[in-house]
Amino acid sequence: MRGALSRLIMALFFRKKSVKIGIYGPPNAGKTTLANRIIHTFVDDNEDMGVATEIPHETRRVIKREGVLIDLKRLILNSNSNININISSGNRNRERSTRRSRGRAKLMFDIVDTPGLATKIDFRDFMAYGLEEEEAKRRAKEATEGVIEAIKWLDDIDGVILLMDSTADPYTQTNVVIIGNMEARGIPVIIAANKIDLPDATPHRIINAFPQHRVVPISALKGDNMEELYEEMAKVFR
Amino acid sequence: MKKWQRSSGEGEEGVMKGGGSEERTGIEMNVVSRDKVESMGSMEKLRFILDGVKSGNIVVLEGGLTAEEQMKLIELTMLEVDDSFTGIEISGYPARRGLLNLRKKTRLTIIGPAAKMKTIKKDKDLISAIISAT
Repeated sequence: MRGALSRLIMALFFRKKSVKIGIYGPPNAGKTTLANRIIHTFVDDNEDMGVATEIPHETRRVIKREGVLIDLKRLILNSNSNININISSGNRNRERSTRRSRGRAKLMFDIVDTPGLATKIDFRDFMAYGLEEEEAKRRAKEATEGVIEAIKWLDDIDGVILLMDSTADPYTQTNVVIIGNMEARGIPVIIAANKIDLPDATPHRIINAFPQHRVVPISALKGDNMEELYEEMAKVFR
Repeated sequence: MKKWQRSSGEGEEGVMKGGGSEERTGIEMNVVSRDKVESMGSMEKLRFILDGVKSGNIVVLEGGLTAEEQMKLIELTMLEVDDSFTGIEISGYPARRGLLNLRKKTRLTIIGPAAKMKTIKKDKDLISAIISAT
């Protein structure tokens, strides 16, 4: 409660030029893929925040990239030439109107890609992906350190994108704990329901599980619905 | 097989544990009363839980843990994960809003060793878990 109050006072009187936005979530939710997508879109198409693989806990250190500017006006201007010319004039007007309102959204921020939060880490799970025992044990050790680092970073974060896998059960204690902590600290949260490109994705389960929070269904890998997420970020984290 | 019993919140520990000398063939479960939980400081509570879980026990807390305490428990757990202790499984009923919708009241939290306990289904009033004795 005291943390939330001091954050409110800081936000009112000492507005930051740039905010730190942390991407949190369980392992393999697609956090690094999302971070890379944001960097490719707004910074440099050839720059990566980190490496994304199917092996859990690939990211085992917090990675920060400073000075990312979400500028939807510029993004829309760049993509206007790609609007499908077959849409009807009415639809086109609605599309333009929506894009004009979105086009005002701007946000300067530092992006913080964090290791996946977990309550258990077993080196034998990594061996199932073909890692040798010694390598698996080293990865497990680094993964535990990564979880601790991610938790410590919460003290310095101004906003959180909580990334969940739309194909998995959303009601895990890890997700609940992250949301509970953000609420207690007064840190704004956007839930992004990732992997909607997969056939078994059910983002409505996430929407139903956390009705008090804004949930944006996305595919960080394919880039689906990312504009909506950027708009929400500019609105919530400003 | 050891038995479990609800804690009264009184006495030396406020928690019933199985006898020390008998050979363990099942899972020990410690159910801790709200009075006992509230009498402990945060770190004392977390140490109590982690010591119990590392010994292979299931710990059930009436009144539960706050979100901050659960995050701290995850952090402490990670410090102690090794080849034999792979971490914890934690599950709880969602918190209910308290007075003026400000303070969240936790209801119940169950914590066990990840190697023995697996939550299979959870909703706002039901937790289903599989607990393996081996």
